[in-house]
Amino acid sequence: MRTFRIGGVHPPENKLSAGQIIEEIGLPKQVIIPLAQNLGAPSTAIVNKGDEVKVGTIIGRSSGFVSSNLHSSVSGKVAKVDQSLDASGYRRPSVFIDVIGDEWEESIDRSTNLKNECDLSAEEILKKIGEFGIVGLGGATFPTQVKLMPLPGKKAEILIINAVECEPYLTSDHALMMEKSDEIMVGIQILMKAINVTRTVIGIENNKPDAIVLMTQKALKYKGVEVMQLKVQYPQGGEKQLIDAVIRRQVPNGALPIATGAIVQNVATAFAVYEAIQKNKPLIDRVVTVTGKSIVKPSNYKARIGIPMQMLMDAAGGLPEDTGKIISGGPMMGKAIVSLDIPVVKGTSGILVLPDFESQRAKMKNCIRCSKCVSVCPMGLEPYLLGSIGEMQLWDRAEKEDVMNCIECGCCSYTCPSGRPLVDFIRLGKTKVSAIIRARK
Amino acid sequence: MSRKLFVSPSPHVHSGDSVSSNMYGVIIALIPAFVASIYFFGLGALTVTFTAVAACLLFEFLVQKYLIKGEFTLNDGSALLTGLLLSFNLPSNLPLWIVIIGAFVSIVIAKMSFGGLGNNLFNPALVGRVFLLISFPAQMTTWPVGGTADRFTTVDVATGATHLMPLKGMGGDLLTYADLFFGKMGGSLGEVSAFALLIGFAFMLWRKIITWHIPVSIFASVAIFALLLKADPIAHLFSGGLMLGAIFMATDYVSSPMSKSGMILYGVLIGFLTLLIRKYGAYPEGVSFAILLMNSVTPIINMYMKPKRFGEVVKNG
Repeated sequence: MRTFRIGGVHPPENKLSAGQIIEEIGLPKQVIIPLAQNLGAPSTAIVNKGDEVKVGTIIGRSSGFVSSNLHSSVSGKVAKVDQSLDASGYRRPSVFIDVIGDEWEESIDRSTNLKNECDLSAEEILKKIGEFGIVGLGGATFPTQVKLMPLPGKKAEILIINAVECEPYLTSDHALMMEKSDEIMVGIQILMKAINVTRTVIGIENNKPDAIVLMTQKALKYKGVEVMQLKVQYPQGGEKQLIDAVIRRQVPNGALPIATGAIVQNVATAFAVYEAIQKNKPLIDRVVTVTGKSIVKPSNYKARIGIPMQMLMDAAGGLPEDTGKIISGGPMMGKAIVSLDIPVVKGTSGILVLPDFESQRAKMKNCIRCSKCVSVCPMGLEPYLLGSIGEMQLWDRAEKEDVMNCIECGCCSYTCPSGRPLVDFIRLGKTKVSAIIRARK
Repeated sequence: MSRKLFVSPSPHVHSGDSVSSNMYGVIIALIPAFVASIYFFGLGALTVTFTAVAACLLFEFLVQKYLIKGEFTLNDGSALLTGLLLSFNLPSNLPLWIVIIGAFVSIVIAKMSFGGLGNNLFNPALVGRVFLLISFPAQMTTWPVGGTADRFTTVDVATGATHLMPLKGMGGDLLTYADLFFGKMGGSLGEVSAFALLIGFAFMLWRKIITWHIPVSIFASVAIFALLLKADPIAHLFSGGLMLGAIFMATDYVSSPMSKSGMILYGVLIGFLTLLIRKYGAYPEGVSFAILLMNSVTPIINMYMKPKRFGEVVKNG
């Protein structure tokens, strides 16, 4: 069975919420919708205090090439546009909306029947995806229309659907596949049309056998779509790793993934594309896993963007007594957050609670040069070296040792027997080196 | 929310691997060879091992407490491991005061003066052994023959050369392959039984403590260079300290290269140097010298033998 060819680790999977159906979460009194929900430039607010909005009303416009539109996830009245704490730990501009009823824009088709046919052209599809605020839902939140846009001289040959969900604990993509397989397939057809390819591979790790069976069965009805079973290995959901696993091509250093002929889209993004194109529904909700070993009821929820994480936690049985750390995302790449008042955003794949004893890092010791970090690095880097270069603040050397290639997957820190915070040093190095590179231009 | 929460950058989970679990893993892997040493050399082996371990622990403790004034490190298992490995490289009838000198050189000079575990350039146990070999050549090369000797028996013990002396034409009889493999021969107390050492090798591979690259490339290189030099490859593989050196000494984390390609080059050169010394050097045995020489090359290997980067653009022309 295939997997990517360099490095990787296999942490305990802990998919506690696997098999749980997706439950819908109700509405709060107020939602907070941050304007920075996509990679690139934040959206520009186009509503003011007192404006009335419906579910699906556009409230933020794309402010640049790599940017995204933003829509209201509730109906009601704009309370204010103000700073609010988000998962990044910073206070950033957000739209506060007081919820009144649940009135949707008339154009949105709320029926659940599957709509197969799509007669839009590739250009029209891309335009609509952009208008409806679709971003990559695997975590990076890169604006989808930008990623699908044809580049001069580059031809896409294959669409790869990322249904790997390699982060331990998270099950939102898995749950979505089990419930929305037909919609996902139609979404894939639309994506294939948008980028003009005839072949799609859906990559799923073999710890989700039910999803593999279901998706394989559904794929039979659609031309050019196949499911590839992948051996569980973290970080297989990384774009470069997944391309390597599926088509055995490495994205050349410094090039875009399209250089291999592949375009990768997350499975949840394919579903969001279906809803946008076929149902005129902007990206206003998503599936969020709430999980942790002490959580009473690890679950998968369908949550509107902007609702406080606290609501999800309450639905899952409340924050456990022994909580030491709350993470937005998975344990390998998620962000530790300071409060559950933070809103769910487009990039929130899960909320993970770690007990006290798992929350603190081990004491850092000398590097014993065991070379385990080198073995597990999926980018073929030397984390031990980048770590000590970072400690010594030798930024020129860091650049020579390819610090910028690091994808911050965390395999090195995860593995290090000396408990060295290698990724921390490397992140520092990346920040410093990118400043140096910018200054040079 | 008045709860105290931890906030740190990702990753938020850890494999649970630790310095001490790796060190104790190697120590467990040494148990078969330890049992073999007691079987062949009796109480003498036990005495030398115990002395070396106790002295290494004591020296590390003293340096840590009174010279470096640093953190307590005895429980990480590395001093214990150095003591064990040092004793495995000594004859079972070595006077104990010499054993203690070896421990002093290993811990105080080769390890702690560089800054402790992780900073030493050379394998501490090997530095201790080579220091003793050069300082006390007679005592260090008078071996009880396995199964016949005991330092506590009053009768004359059969002492003699290792199998390397006859290999080199320095006199003595050649042994059978079975004796070589199981360890019924003269030699340092932990090096004689290839069989026991290979069990330890398998254990370390299984527990992912080491990878195959260094030992296997040493074995391959010794076999190939022995053939090229018209020597018996099997005899060279299973005699002297080759097994102990390839499996336990050359794979020392701190003093060996970091990349897989570097490890292979390192192993091949150790094998080559060992054969050169065995064949043409003044000493019958060359493993320790070969490993120490290659230790000194490790930083250069690390500089030039990089792992293959993901998506490395191959420049044409």
